[in-house]
Parts: sequence; C-alpha cells; structure tokens
Amino acid sequence: MSWIDIGSIEDIPLRGARVVKTKVGCVAVFRTSENEVFATSDRCPHKNGPLSEGIVHGQSVTCPLHNWVFDLNTGVAQGADEGQIDTYPAKVEAGRILLDGTLLMNRAA
Amino acid sequence: MKKKLVVIGAGMASGRALEHLLEADKDAYDITLFNAEPRGNYNRIMLSPVLSGDKTYEEIVTHDANWYEENGVTCRFGEHVVKIDRERKIVVGQNGEVAYDKLLMATGSAPFIIPVPGKDLPGVIAYRDLDDTNTMIEATQKPGAKAVVIGGGLLGLEAAAGLKARGMDVTVLHLMGHLMERQLDEAAGYLLRRALEDKGIEVKCQASTAAILGEDKVEAVLLQDKTTIPADLVVMAVGIRPETRLANDAAIEVERGITVDDAMRTSDPDILAVGECVEHRQQLFGLVAPLYDQAKVVAATLLEEDAVFAPKEVSTKLKVTGCDLFSAGDFAEGEGREDIVFRDPSRGVYKRLVIENNVIVGAVMYGDTADGNWFFGLIKDKTDISDMRDTLIFGPAFQGGEPLDPLQAVAALPDDAEICGCNGVCKSQIVDAVKAGATDLGAVRAQTKASASCGTCTGLVEQLMAVTLGDDFQMPAAQSVCGCTDLTHEDVRRLIKSKELKSQAAVWQELGWNTPNGCHVCRPAVNYYLLADWPVEYQDDPQSRFVNERKHANIQKDGTYSVVPRMWGGMTTPDELRAIADAADKYNVPTVHVTGGQRIDLLGVKGEDLPAIWKDLNDAGMVSGHAYAKGLRTVKTCVGKDHCRFGTQDSTGLGIKLENKLWGSWSPHKVKLAVSGCPRNCAEATCKDIGVVCVDSGYQVGVAGAAGMDVKETERLMDCETEEETIEVATAFMQLYRENAKYLDRPYKWVAKVGLDWVKEQIVENVENRIALVERFELSQSIYQKDPWAELAAPDEAPKFGPLANLTLEAAE
Repeated sequence: MSWIDIGSIEDIPLRGARVVKTKVGCVAVFRTSENEVFATSDRCPHKNGPLSEGIVHGQSVTCPLHNWVFDLNTGVAQGADEGQIDTYPAKVEAGRILLDGTLLMNRAA
Repeated sequence: MKKKLVVIGAGMASGRALEHLLEADKDAYDITLFNAEPRGNYNRIMLSPVLSGDKTYEEIVTHDANWYEENGVTCRFGEHVVKIDRERKIVVGQNGEVAYDKLLMATGSAPFIIPVPGKDLPGVIAYRDLDDTNTMIEATQKPGAKAVVIGGGLLGLEAAAGLKARGMDVTVLHLMGHLMERQLDEAAGYLLRRALEDKGIEVKCQASTAAILGEDKVEAVLLQDKTTIPADLVVMAVGIRPETRLANDAAIEVERGITVDDAMRTSDPDILAVGECVEHRQQLFGLVAPLYDQAKVVAATLLEEDAVFAPKEVSTKLKVTGCDLFSAGDFAEGEGREDIVFRDPSRGVYKRLVIENNVIVGAVMYGDTADGNWFFGLIKDKTDISDMRDTLIFGPAFQGGEPLDPLQAVAALPDDAEICGCNGVCKSQIVDAVKAGATDLGAVRAQTKASASCGTCTGLVEQLMAVTLGDDFQMPAAQSVCGCTDLTHEDVRRLIKSKELKSQAAVWQELGWNTPNGCHVCRPAVNYYLLADWPVEYQDDPQSRFVNERKHANIQKDGTYSVVPRMWGGMTTPDELRAIADAADKYNVPTVHVTGGQRIDLLGVKGEDLPAIWKDLNDAGMVSGHAYAKGLRTVKTCVGKDHCRFGTQDSTGLGIKLENKLWGSWSPHKVKLAVSGCPRNCAEATCKDIGVVCVDSGYQVGVAGAAGMDVKETERLMDCETEEETIEVATAFMQLYRENAKYLDRPYKWVAKVGLDWVKEQIVENVENRIALVERFELSQSIYQKDPWAELAAPDEAPKFGPLANLTLEAAE
C-alpha cells in the first residue's frame, strides 16, 4: 500500500464526511464520533445518493435520498435492503487522514 | 576497571532503572547522571496533588541527594547535555565531557505547544514539571485570577481541577467533541463534563484556539469562533511528544520516538533508551506501568542478561476528586465487536464493555468504577466470557437479581419534577392520586388534570402509573421514536424540558439510549427539540440534520441542488430578477421554475457552486428562501387593496411583515403561510399552516390547513382587529407549535392531536401566555434568525463545499 495524506481530521466535521475525487470516482471519507475514519464509494447502489451527505451514526451512514443504511466497515447495506458499497483502506496518524493511493490515484505518466 | 554508564535524564523511568541496576550489582558501573532540571527524581504523576495542595514537593521526591551519594552516582543536575559523540563515546555537557561505555537516554517527552500567535507570552505554560506546577500555584495567589486550560485530556483536566481547588476561575478548552476522547466514549465524556461543571469549571468542547492575546503578558485567549476568554494564566496540555533532539543529532534511529528493540537497545548497541522518549514496535508510552517494565529490562541488558520488553494492556484513572472514571483497552466500535451498555441515569453511572469473539477488549466506566480492575483482569487474561455474558456488566459480585427496569428513568425523577406542563402537575401529585385509587388514565386525568390538556405527557403519566401500580397496570403500546429508545417523541420532549437536558449526549445518557450516538431517525428530532427548548444554551448540530438543512439547498435526484432566494411576501423587483437571471447564466442553471409559493427556483446547481451563487445573490440583497427547511417557507400574498378592486386590506404589506417576523426559525416541519386580501382568497390562505383572510372588519386568522398528502381547510383561531394583533397571534401559534409538536408533524396533524380548543386556550383566551410565547419566539430568533447563505459563503466556510482532496489532478502534474 502507498498511504497518501489527504488532509487533517479536523477538515471533516465530527460525525460528518467529505469527498475526495479519485480515478475510481468520488470517494466519501467519514469521521465517526470516536474519530475513526472510513473511506467508501460516495454513491448509494440504490439511486446514486451521495453518501457523504448522509447522517453518520455509530459506524454506519444513512443515505440522504432514501435512508438506506450502510456499515462503513464492510460496505454492506443493513436491514432489509440488499446492496454493497466499495470500501477503501483509510487510517488516521497524528491527526492526518491517510488513504491507500494504489487503488485511488492515477499512476504518474 | 569499572565500566562507565552515563544516564541522560533523571525521570521516573531512569530512576527505576538505576534502582534495579544498583540492587542487582552495585559495582557494575561508574554512573554519571545528567538532568536538565536542577533537582533529582520525583514522582511526576503526583504533581496534580501538589498543584491541588493535597501534597508538597518533599512528599513526592523519590530519589534525593542522599540516595545518589549513598549509591555513588555522580550527579550533574541543572546541566544540559549539548551532544553525544558516538565515535569517541563521549557525552558533552555544558560543563565538560564524560566518557561512557554504555549510555542510557531517558530524555522523556516535551509538551506540544500549539503554534498560535502569542504562545510565547509570559503566563503561557505547559504542565510537565515542578517549575510549571510552581508557576501555576503562584498564579492562583492573585485574587480573582482566571485560568484557561487548553486540552481536555488527562493532564489538562487534572490541571484544571487543581487550579479550581486553589480558587481560580477555570475554563477548559477542548478541540474534540467530548473530553478525554482517547480514553472515554461520548457518554462517559458527557458525565465527566457534567461533574467538572458541577465543580464550577467551565468546559468548552470543539473549541479551537486561534490566538493568545496580550501585550507583555497573557491577557486572553481568542477562539476560532471569535469568542475571547480573559486569562491571567494559560496552561497548554494538548499532548506530548518524545524528546528526541539529542538522539537525532547523534544520528541514532528515530521514528516518532527513539526506536528500541526488545532489549531496549537503540540502533547503536551501546546506547539504550527508556521511558517516554522511546518508540517500541511503533508504540509510544506515556503511562507509568510500561515504563517500569522497560526499566527492569534496561537494568538486565546493562548487566548483559537476557530480558525482553513486552508491552501489556494499560488502564487509566483520572486523579480528580469526585470524578470517578476508568478506561482500559480498545473501546472503538468495529466489525464483529459488540457492546454491552449499562446506564443508571439516577446515579449518573455509565458502563460499557466492548466484546470481540467472546473476549472483553475494552471497558469504559463512569460513576461506579469499583469493578474496573476485575474487568481489566478479564481484558489482560483474554478470559472467555460466554458463560457469564448475561450478567457480566453487573460485575463479580452479581448473585442473581432484578432484571433491568426500563422504567427507571421515570422512577428516578424527583417528586417535584413537572410532568404535565399545561396544568402544572408534578410527579408526586400523580403518584398520590394513583395510590389513592386512580388506577386508569381517565381517573388520573379527572383527579389531577395531568395529560388532560395537550396530552403530550400521556406516555409519561402512564409510565408513572406503571411504576406505582406494578403488575396491576397494563401499559398501552406506544410508538417509540426509533430503535434507539423505548420512549415516544412526546416523552422525549417532555423529559428534555423537565430534566433540563441541554445536549444530545445528555439525552442519550439520561434517557438511556441503547446506541452510542443515535441514528438517522432520532438524531434530527433530538437536535430540533434541544434547539427549540434551549435556544441559548444548546448549539445546533449540523451533522444531526438531513442533507437539505445542512447544505441549505434541496438535493435533487441527480445529486444537484436547487436554490431559492427569499422574495418577501412574493414581491420582487427588476433588479432582483436581473440578479437571478445573471446567476442562472453564470452557473449554467438548466431549469428555472416559478414555485407554488411565489418564488423562483433555480434547479440543477452543483454542490460545489453553492457558496458562489449564494454570494452573488447576497450581493444583490437577497437571502436564503429556506425552501429546504423544516421552518418558515413562504408567505404567499395577493396584491391587496392597493391594486385590486375587491381588496379590503394591505395583504402584501401584512405578508411581508409576517415573513420578516417569522423567517429563519426552525420548526418540527415546514410551515407555509398566506395572506389573502378578501374572501375570494387568491392567495389560497385557507389551506395553509397559518392563513390570514382580510375582511372589512379586520383579519381572520386560520390555522392547521393542509394541501399536500391531505387536503384540509384551516380552522379559525381568532379574528383580529389590527395587523399587530394578527402578527402576535400568528407568532404565538408558531411558537406553541415549535414547543409542543412531534418532530415531522405538520401543524394540522399536531392540532388534531391536541385539539383546537387547547390551542385557543393558550393563545386566544390567555393573553399573558400569548405574550410569553411571542417573547420566547423572539429570544430564539435572536439566535436563529440569520441568513445561512451569508454564513456559509464566507471565505473560511465556502471551501468545505468542495472536495477534501483531488487525487485525479496530481496525476496530471
């Protein structure tokens, strides 16, 4: 893995999310109330809702369009809904958010 | 000839290492000890009791001059080490060189000083050593002195408590959302905060320090949100980092700390390191237990014995009288992890165990930590807990007992807690009535009037009856807010008022929420209830709002947004229309639509363009139309008597006045108004939440209409004679709705539950109450009536609408 520093944890509101543009499309980076970070695809498999705009609770996010709930660890939809979002490695070190660049970044030409 | 050992740093770790070394072989080394502080070793952990006055410095000294002399240690105290010359195996001190065969680095850690302007002013200190402690004690001598402690971790809170105990005014600033976030979860953090506030310490979370102000000494702390807090002393306790400068200069391997192997050797085999300055397998150490383990290993390695340092689990306790907390292990949520949570709101007790594969991996406790060490043992020993799982949380003493009572929150209410706000009935009156034979709700209502008016406290009254009657009472099934709680919306609203709960964490803890921080159903509701009931004390939480109210725009199905500027009373001007047209061109708005509420809707705006288009519209004098809000949407009007031959009053003028009064307020659901100039009703006022129909004799105010999923005509609340009275009545109705309705109930649904008669009692018949409602509304407006567009288009807010990073761009470079 090649970890890339994408910003400070303070750039994301507590229990909120921000988007990172990548070669695989928009990736949502979430910050939970325990200051953990998770990175997933920003698109809900149901109707393409932007998950980064959803309400973050525990280690889950609720899609803002139709309230599908996803576990941020596995990306699996909870409850009766069936679907899964992509998840990407993410971690916090010394207050900086690191994402795995091998998956997300274009190789330099 | 004896080998020579040089030790840099006389702290707790090196002190313990020397003890072990001398005990094992007094004559193995000639020892020289450097210490930058002009004194020997003392118990740093006990600085807090020294600060609070419970102990003196003399009581915490562990190694005094005599001890070093008796053990033949040459002390060079108050002397800084300048460098380490590894080639010549020499340590260079300020007063000369010392040769070594083995060198032990115990340089400890340096406090982290946040790089803000003013950090070097006199009166700004860290909290690391005796000198800092003495500076703090000195500062408390001045009568009325104020202290600001930056950092709500272990050290910061101990400093704050110590300063408070010596009579200072203390404010704690903490960057994170709750105190001690590394050791505690949110609920425990809330209880800790409450206990500190009870001691008179002010706590501000999510407080980011912008600067420290002062001419030639510290005078105040300026926060990012522009608040200023006066201060005679500022204590920075935001964290520590290993002191590695000497090691770095000597080209010894350093990551975050000086890297050591299992035998505590650095990359140079003749140099060892111990304590807070080391990094062992990517781990740093700040608590004393592992440092003492390291010290043992250091002594063995120096004597050429085999020893291996293996870090163990550590637990934390706070040394602040009256704040009983315990934390151990890893308590983050995670896949495959389960929580067992126990809350006893009446005693302020919170316990949480985190379990993975039938083993406890973490524990947080507040209020009752008696079982802490037992749980800590289970964590360390990785005990399989499957057999005792059901009763685990009750601790080792549990011998079968009562199952948890879901009614305990109600049972714990004090006798004088107000249950029915309408009729001023407190708990004891209801309990007395039940004991005197009122065994069904109707009888309680008849005797006490509790829940006989608006009825929102019915659930609570029933729970009280259940508590009092036990099995004799059959509780009717009620719909709870969501899976996080058994309480209904009405119960939660009532308890927020009667228990004076003023934060979300307070609601979760005091009302026994069974999730750590709610869900998408309860969070927006609780956030609304708190801001409606405590407009001054509670701070709105954008992360507990649905996307539209956080983005201040309506999200569309393709992820773009719609933008609607406010047009007061449906009036506009050529200049405004030109500005709207320019904005539509500039931001490539694909669709421009006139809404049913007489506004212009720009549909298809990209999320990252929002702040810019708002700025343009703001510059043209327009503010947010709140077309996305659970709050006042539009006031629709007809042209009224100025133009219309049937018009009886100035309906547009009154509409503008109403909109000016009511805009910006949040409510349980959206609220739409209209003012028609005559009974022909061109503004369709008779199917609005609040609708005014002008007649020759004045103004007919109707409420609780609907034209959505249901269609319903308004019901007449009152006939008013003047515009002022009309505005007063409409405002009072808005506030009554804000204070009492269930979240997501439109006014017509709420009025159907409480009855129009009750609403009339509150607003029409009781004029004093009407005025009080208006006053409470105005208080709330003093905080919430502001244009969110202007706030979010500001230079430091606008970038947050764009991506955090763009990894596709870097590739092109």
